[in-house]
Formats: sequence, C-alpha cells, structure tokens
Amino acid sequence: MPEDMKQMADLSSTEKDRLTQTGLEVEMKNRSGSFFQVDQEIRQTASLEKGIEVLSIREALQKYDWLEDFSWKLVSKDKDQYTRYVADQPDPRGFVIIARKGSKTVYPLQTCLFLAKTPIQHVHNIIIAEEGAELHLISGCASASYTKTGSHIGISEFYIGKNARITSTMIHNWGKEISVFPRSASKIEENGIFLSNYVCMQPVRKIQMSPVADLAGKNSIARFSSIVVCTPGSFMDLGSVARLSAEGATAELLTRAITTGGTIISRGMIEGTTGHTRGHIECKGLILKDGIIHAIPEIKGDVVDTELSHEAAVGKIARDEIEYLMSRGLDEDVATSTIIRGFLDVKIAGLPQSLQDQIDAAIDSAEKSGF
Amino acid sequence: MLELRDLQVKIGERKVLRDINLHIKEGETHVLMGPNGSGKTTLLRTIMGFAGLEVTGGQIFFKGRDVTDMPIHERAKLGMGMLFQRPPTIAGLKLGKLLAVTSGERAGLVSEYTRYLHMDNFMDRAINLGFSGGEIKRSEVLQLMVQQPDFVMLDEPESGVDLENISLIGNAIARLLEKDVHIVNRKKSGLVITHTGYILDYLDADYGHVMCDGVFRCHGNPREILRVIKTSGYKECLACQKI
Repeated sequence: MPEDMKQMADLSSTEKDRLTQTGLEVEMKNRSGSFFQVDQEIRQTASLEKGIEVLSIREALQKYDWLEDFSWKLVSKDKDQYTRYVADQPDPRGFVIIARKGSKTVYPLQTCLFLAKTPIQHVHNIIIAEEGAELHLISGCASASYTKTGSHIGISEFYIGKNARITSTMIHNWGKEISVFPRSASKIEENGIFLSNYVCMQPVRKIQMSPVADLAGKNSIARFSSIVVCTPGSFMDLGSVARLSAEGATAELLTRAITTGGTIISRGMIEGTTGHTRGHIECKGLILKDGIIHAIPEIKGDVVDTELSHEAAVGKIARDEIEYLMSRGLDEDVATSTIIRGFLDVKIAGLPQSLQDQIDAAIDSAEKSGF
Repeated sequence: MLELRDLQVKIGERKVLRDINLHIKEGETHVLMGPNGSGKTTLLRTIMGFAGLEVTGGQIFFKGRDVTDMPIHERAKLGMGMLFQRPPTIAGLKLGKLLAVTSGERAGLVSEYTRYLHMDNFMDRAINLGFSGGEIKRSEVLQLMVQQPDFVMLDEPESGVDLENISLIGNAIARLLEKDVHIVNRKKSGLVITHTGYILDYLDADYGHVMCDGVFRCHGNPREILRVIKTSGYKECLACQKI
C-alpha cells in the first residue's frame, strides 16, 4: 500500500470498488462528514456540517473530559475477551461523533474501517446525538482485496438523546478468512429513535454480534434490520437485543437471511419490563443450497401491559412462485433471482432515501454476482 | 393455435385427465365448464406446463409445435398466457418490478394498461399481498395485457370479483382477446373456465366444453350448455351419452 495514501480517493480502483460496495462515497459527494481508518492508522476525520463533530477517540477524550461518562458505559469492558482486548489497548482507535443539540444532517456522514495489513484491527466508537439532533451514518467496513486473514473488533456506543434520531447503516465487505466481532450498545431517551441496519452479502469467515438497545426513555423507538447472505464457509451469528424499559417504548427486530451454504444463527431478544410497550421480532430465512439457518427469537415479558410477538420462517423458495413467474416468460434462473431479490427487498421505515439506495445497491451487486 | 391429442395426465398415481382432445383455432374463444374437482384447472396447468402433473400419453401442440415437454417459460415466450384463479403471493416482489421485467418492448404501454385497470396505486405493493379478490384479478389481467399472449387461459376470471370489477375485468379480457377485431382478422384465442358464466357477457365465446371426472362429456354452444347446467346442474351432462 502506498505510504502517501491519506484518503479513500487515493486507494487503488480495486480497493475503491470494495469500499463503494459498502455504500461509501470515495469522492465524498453527498456526504456531510467522514472518518477513515486503515488498520490502526486514522487517515481522515472531517465534518462539513455545523453542529456535528467528528473526532478520533483519542482526540475527543483529550478535548472533552465529560466524554469519560460516555466511554465504556453501555458496553462493559469485561463483557468478553474481545471487549477486554480493546479496553486494554493503551492507545485507542476509532471515532467519536457528536451531533449537537438540534443539529440535523442533510447528507449522511460516512465512517470507513479498512483492514489491510494488521492482524487485528480494533476500534472504539462513541456516537452521541444530543437533544433533538438528527444524525445519519453509513459505516462501510471492508478488507483489502489482498488481505487474506485478520480480525476486526469494533466497540460502538450510541447515545440517542431526547427527541433525537440516529440511523446507522452498516455494510460489510470482508474476506473469506476474516473474523469480525462488533460489540455495540445504544441508549435511547424520551421520544428518541434509533434505526440500525446491517447488510452483509459477501463472504466472511466468522461474524458474531448482538447489539443491545436500552429503550430508556418514554416512547422511544428502536428498529434493527439485518439483511445477510451467507456463503459456503461463512459463519454468521447475528442477533439483537431490545430492552423496553420505559412506557411507550417500541422495538422491532427484522432479519432476512439467505444461505448458499454457510451457517446463520439469527437471534433476537426483546424484553418488556415496563407497561405500554410493544416489540416484534421477524426472521425470514431462505436456504438456497446446503446450509443452516437457525432462528432463535426470544420474547420475555414480566409486566401485564407489554405486547411482544415473534414470527420466524425458514425454508426454500416455493415452487409455485417460480412457476408463476415462468408463466410470465421468465426463465427459471431469472424467476428465482427475482424472487430472492424481492425477499431481500426490505424498505426500512424512516430511513433516508440515500441510505435505502445504498442498501439496495449492495443487494443489487450481490444479485448480479448470482448471490 | 392449440391442439390437444389424446392427452392423459396423472398426479402421483391418480389419473386426472383422460382422452382429452381439443382444437382451438386462431381467433376462437372456448369455454370450459364442469363441477369442482373435475380437472379443469389441471388441464390449464398441464397446457402451461406446471410441475406435479405428469403427461403419460398424448401430445400438446401449440402453433404447430409439439410443446408437451417444453418448459413453462418457453411456452410463455411462444405466446401462451394464464390468468390464475389463486395466484401465489410473492412477498417483497413489487408488481411494478415484475411488469418492468416482463414488459420488454411493451414497456411504454405499462402505464396505460395500469391506469385502465385502476392499478396505479399497486405498483409498489408486493404481488397479491393483501389484495382483495377483485384486485388479484385486475393484477392478473394487467400482467397478461403487458405480456400480450396469443393464447390466453383464464381460470375463473370472475370468481371473488364484485359487479363493478367484473365489467372492468370483462372488458379488459375482451380487449386481450381482440373481441373488437373482426373474426376474420382476429389472432388471439382463449380458453376460459367459468362457473357462473358472467364473463360470457363480455366475451362471446365460440365453443363450450363440459368436463366431468377428467374427461370431456359435452361439446357445443357455450350459452346452451350453461343454460342446461343452470337448470339441471351437471347430472344431465353425466347422463348424456352423446360423446
């Protein structure tokens, strides 16, 4: 990799393509800010929007004493070996984004974590939307085309203030021998909204994550959506947890999972601990070739007035659907991919169109390569 | 257009269609009647080439070609089309997207057909998901108008449809079958399954056939056959030794 590479635009076209597949805009068009880290080196922190700060975590912790109250408060340092590994690093890496009270981004802010040479990339990120702020993030995580092995450990803590909104769309593009361990948690205050979307259509050796949302404020909303294709040799243990701990809180966990030979464990857990709360888990899985989809939806209510439900379905594409489309003139392969494309076509309520377009583009790209 | 010669069909070990002979010429519309479970839908599905049905004897000729073993989509490309009585729901696949995929060189006509069938608000909806009976049939007819098949099979186009929608659907099907074109110049042919006969108010069918227990029991004027069935049910057809 050239020494003078400072920004995404300096990458080779192959690497730029890999990042583009994760929804990143290498030329920074229609983006309100950017964070770019290659291995453990921070290459870029920029914000073009008034009221939004993008800093490296080291810089931010030096600049703001109060940030200590937000660091390692939602994710425990002792959660597991991966959090301990990151917590033990003397020189932390990662970013802090602060959307000040009432600020709103027109364009999304992009963060890019690129794994090239280092065996383990670790990051600790803190994202804060203060009261009434609105922040849209697109996070592209990828490894270089020449990177065969490695691990990525990412800690993310999201704070969604009163009447604030964060949408976070993370698209992964790793390699066949890369292992990934995100550890994320969020706290949502009164009337706050947190939409978290995860897309992975490319091979990965192992990914294991289960972000936790604490719906601590009245009428807060959390919506997690995962759209994944699991190829042979990939192991994906994906889940999300929502704790409905304030009146009027609502959570939805939605998964569309396809295996073409890999193993997917799709977990979901909603806990209703306060009245007037609602939660729903929906997991739909398609087994296209030999593979495993293991859906484990859990709902736990311990008060009278919480409404929790789940639905999970795993199976193959129905023959009558394929034949229906064939009777309209589509050959079997086109009919099948049209149905798969439809299966993955989840429109996420409240997501800005530009981010929905990025999700659609990631799926389109997988469709072109035949899933 | 379509010729069935001594067609024999099995589902599993059960013989469901026997000795089926039928010739539908260019420009003709035929009506297929018969009690529930008599094999009418199975016949349409066999002509279209669906799985689960085994042709154990006989042949299907379409436009002079033996299509008995041809895959479904090739029959469709050759000019066959089918309106399903109960089409599947395809979650996530928008009607507009499907029409975009199937319309090909007729892409410019999609919006006109959509308006004609009052389906403008359905383009972004998953196919048949939460559609009412009339909406399903309008969606089916719309897909066929975009497809423009030369031979249209219609499986109970009026079932589950209110009177207002029957008129809309009936007129659209008449257009699909070129009923406004003089018989001499008409190219489109149809095979229609109906129980009520309401659809015949729009179609002027040429021939009627009665199917009972997987065999044809009667051929004749469709309106006369319908009148007999309406008065006496199918028992006269079953007793009839004409064939």
